[in-house]
Amino acid sequence: MGISVLPIVVDGPAHEHRTVCLEGGLDLECGVHLASLEVAYCTYGTLSPTRDNAILVCHALTGDQYLAEQHPLTGKPGWWSRMVGPGLPIDTDRYFVVCSNVLGGCMGTTGPRSICATTGKAWDSAFPPITMHDIVAAQAKLIDHLGIGRLFAVIGGSMGGMQALTWAADFPDRVFAAMPIATSPFHSAQNIAFNEVSRQAIFADPDWHDGHYRDFDAIPARGLGVARMMAHITYLSEEALSRKFGRRIRHDAATAVPASSSPSLFGEMFEVESYLRHQGSSFVRRFDANSYLTITRAMDYFDLAAEHDGDLANPFRESQTRFCVVSFSSDWLFPTSQSRLLVRALNRAGANVSFVEIESDRGHDAFLLEEPDFDRTIRGFINGAAEHAALLAGEG
Amino acid sequence: MRVDQRLIAEMIAPRSRVLDVGSGDGTLIDYLYRTRSCDARGIEIDMQNVTQSVAHGLPVMHGDADHDLADYPDGTFDYVVLQRTLQAVERPREVLKQMLRIGHHAIISFPNFGHWRLRLQLLTTGRMPMTPVWSTPWYSTPNIHPCTIRDFLVLCEEEGYVVQQWLAIDEDGARAPWRRSIRLANLFGEQAMFLLRRAEP
Repeated sequence: MGISVLPIVVDGPAHEHRTVCLEGGLDLECGVHLASLEVAYCTYGTLSPTRDNAILVCHALTGDQYLAEQHPLTGKPGWWSRMVGPGLPIDTDRYFVVCSNVLGGCMGTTGPRSICATTGKAWDSAFPPITMHDIVAAQAKLIDHLGIGRLFAVIGGSMGGMQALTWAADFPDRVFAAMPIATSPFHSAQNIAFNEVSRQAIFADPDWHDGHYRDFDAIPARGLGVARMMAHITYLSEEALSRKFGRRIRHDAATAVPASSSPSLFGEMFEVESYLRHQGSSFVRRFDANSYLTITRAMDYFDLAAEHDGDLANPFRESQTRFCVVSFSSDWLFPTSQSRLLVRALNRAGANVSFVEIESDRGHDAFLLEEPDFDRTIRGFINGAAEHAALLAGEG
Repeated sequence: MRVDQRLIAEMIAPRSRVLDVGSGDGTLIDYLYRTRSCDARGIEIDMQNVTQSVAHGLPVMHGDADHDLADYPDGTFDYVVLQRTLQAVERPREVLKQMLRIGHHAIISFPNFGHWRLRLQLLTTGRMPMTPVWSTPWYSTPNIHPCTIRDFLVLCEEEGYVVQQWLAIDEDGARAPWRRSIRLANLFGEQAMFLLRRAEP
């Protein structure tokens, strides 16, 4: 296939992520105890003297803690820098914003690349299976470490939304407001299916070496690249792809591949192919295949209702958290119908819920893009919640 | 704020829990929160109105009276409000039942189809009446369940709801002077407003 040859960087360039080693490690749901827990994180803004203005932003599957600053590996702006900053909807002049790399990740938090205490070697594919609860438990340890009792808000899109929901379910007293965006209270069969295709692509790569590719100074770049290409399609929509690329063909020689490596009749490439190849090849430079497997599994396990006697309302009964559920009309990976299931469960629990479907033709990724209605929704919900938080504080 | 919304607000005790079904741009719940310290939430069918409300910090969800009331537990709210919408829902009787299940009180306003101008138009022209209140032709009107004040009272009686307060209001929402006689109110009131509660078991 046509992913161009990559600079193989097994351990990433030497960049020191800001990390904290948290005492006591972490007990995972699977029963394994992680003796050492490191969490890499970024913060923006200033924590108020009463420590009541903290917002935790949870990143999606392939995101990381570089929320609103230049990414040290890619050199690109932070993944939500259009949303988080001074005067922006998540206003760092008012709020102390925290974003940490998820457990199992590869940007400094304990994950498959970390050293296993018992073997003295990297975990690699032996890293234990983790769940959304484990991911949130690790974040909670970081929040403890930062001296924050109750988070003013937990906000996240996609898998970040699963974390926001898990926070509200596992720590209802520590979440004043929760904003699950473009997400679902369970990972659907279709989404598990897509993840499985991604995983099989990685396993099929000759450089996979049963997950011990680092011992061979290799990475399963082709497999991981294909996984990313396939997943990337699910983040978009037919309209978005048609508008962006249509059936246009790329003619410049630099990107055209030799006819031998492409089934194209005339040695040319559709723009959409070129785009996906670029997505695949740039992804493998910054992401670890074992992390990808670990985190997609955690997403697949996610099913809040199943853990609470089959009723999604159960984890939210008596919850005082203010919820704002947001979906996007063209998102077929986490469709509005799944957000609506969540909203109905929250209503059954009597929780305070706002629910907006944002009109957009850009698919799941819309939550990362310029959508004025979405910006207004986030800003308004946060301001409204802040007003209520102040009111309650005044009464207290 | 519309005059009839002010009348609704006057019926609502401070610090109570309120669900406004069909909350529009959120004016009433904003008013109830700011002036009466109510925990006021909204359900609205028009997405632009929902977005606008949430962007103003109001707890509003996209949904509608026919489908989204069934989820709430019994007695979640002190008041459930339905403004100028009863005639447009699919199952008015079921909506009322849900309102008084999830709320201790229901406040309902609707345009009165018994108004003399409607009666006269139907009598003299033989065609479906058109007035400023009933302003869409029969084939495109969302108002699929029009009723008169007397119709509504009969339904309340059948369902065992107690009318705690009722008033006729004119087109702008101001209180009309037909407070003593239902017959006159049904003839001269352009709209009606009711405060209901369930009968004690």
